[in-house]
Amino acid sequence: MESVSTVFEEAARLILVWDPALIEIIGLSLHITLVAVAIACVIGLPLGAVVGAFRFPGRPLIAVTLNALMGLPPVVVGLVVYLMLSRAGPLGPLGLLYTPTAMIIAQTLLVIPIVAALTKQVVEDLHREYADQFTSLGVGRFDRVTALLWDARYSLLTVALAGFGRAVAEVGAVIIVGGNINHLTRVMTTTIALETSKGNLQLALALGIVLVALAILVNAAVMALRSSAQRAAYA
Amino acid sequence: MRDLAGDIAAAEPVTAGPALLEARGLTFSSAGAWLIDDVSLAIAPGRRTVILGANGAGKSLLLRLLHGLERPSAGRVLHHGRPLDRRARRAQAMVFQRPVLLRRSVRANLRFALSVRGLCGRQRAEREAEALARARLTDLAHRPARLLSGGEQQRLAIARALAGRPEILLLDEPTASLDPASTQEIEALIEAATAEGVTVILVTHDLGQARRLGQDAIFLHAGRVAETGPADQVLDRPHSGPARAWIDGRLYL
Repeated sequence: MESVSTVFEEAARLILVWDPALIEIIGLSLHITLVAVAIACVIGLPLGAVVGAFRFPGRPLIAVTLNALMGLPPVVVGLVVYLMLSRAGPLGPLGLLYTPTAMIIAQTLLVIPIVAALTKQVVEDLHREYADQFTSLGVGRFDRVTALLWDARYSLLTVALAGFGRAVAEVGAVIIVGGNINHLTRVMTTTIALETSKGNLQLALALGIVLVALAILVNAAVMALRSSAQRAAYA
Repeated sequence: MRDLAGDIAAAEPVTAGPALLEARGLTFSSAGAWLIDDVSLAIAPGRRTVILGANGAGKSLLLRLLHGLERPSAGRVLHHGRPLDRRARRAQAMVFQRPVLLRRSVRANLRFALSVRGLCGRQRAEREAEALARARLTDLAHRPARLLSGGEQQRLAIARALAGRPEILLLDEPTASLDPASTQEIEALIEAATAEGVTVILVTHDLGQARRLGQDAIFLHAGRVAETGPADQVLDRPHSGPARAWIDGRLYL
């Protein structure tokens, strides 16, 4: 086995020469994660806002469920989606198992509770400040939700970021429903798991570095955006 | 010298004439405490009514009840003789002690309030411009609203409230934490509103402001109406113990 420094050098070389295999994997990873987070936001933001802004029967139950599902083990989600999509499952005829679509479905399910639960918290706090003014102005339910989501936009960016972090780093669900097929469903995390077990540490480490760098980059971008919003007292 | 029964005045309209807004036997209790206790009053249209009283007398709570932000434990609020529903509340606008401004620009704050009332297009743009001019914030229209000074924020809140062309403007100590110059500007806005026919109900614990703005006065003590009448009478010749004590600067227990 090579020395650690050789592994590092080779990993750095792979990144610097923009290795096609590496790029393909990173691209697929980002594609799957971004689509999953986008769908999860479309569902989770309004869901969280409604639960955060209104009192209705069943609300505590929904809130507890969302909070509990935030810690959902990815392998369990992977297993459930696998059962749904497998040939004998209810969605089997769609033939989605071992496709990027299956991975998007699994990650979306993982991220929805995170987005919804965090959105609920953000919106609840904001609504406490706005509620009387909204009632006074006669703001209807729909306008309330959209106004709260808009006025919480910078906090919600952090919420989406939390969802992104969860999805991009997750391996358990995508490996079950994606199958880690080369050129088709191989993403950063599954490749790292596979290549490490094969002893191909260079590629694994290169992907690991990219993954961490991505996380830092996205976090820095969101933080910069938030602090500029804070200067305008919008956040 | 009036007798003791005069201390807690009976339910009587502040002034004669048809009431725009009325409270009948209004009561609000929380955790066993009667915070508003059997309050009946009538607000005359087109006038400025000041609600006075010591801290904790229930002034803000009464205002919230009149606006329908709180549900009374007993009694009711009538607007043109009809129960306070959503439509009635749209004829009212309330300005809070600490202005609640959206995390948007000055103009967007006005736009939101107008959109909620179903205004759009040119009509809305005209009302926006009108409200900006009224608050003297035209040059700051694109500023984030929450970066304005305290006085500017309150001017925006009042202009936003008036942009919906309400019949009644309710204000809860709008100048409580403002400097004299800002207070003067706010009071000028309130006077201008009256000149346009808006009925004003103002909660204040500032005797000077009550004298400057009050036409009618309601004095609250411990959740009850201690005294009502024309402002100069209540402020200069109070007959109830609580009002006399408060105006003399004594503690009334």
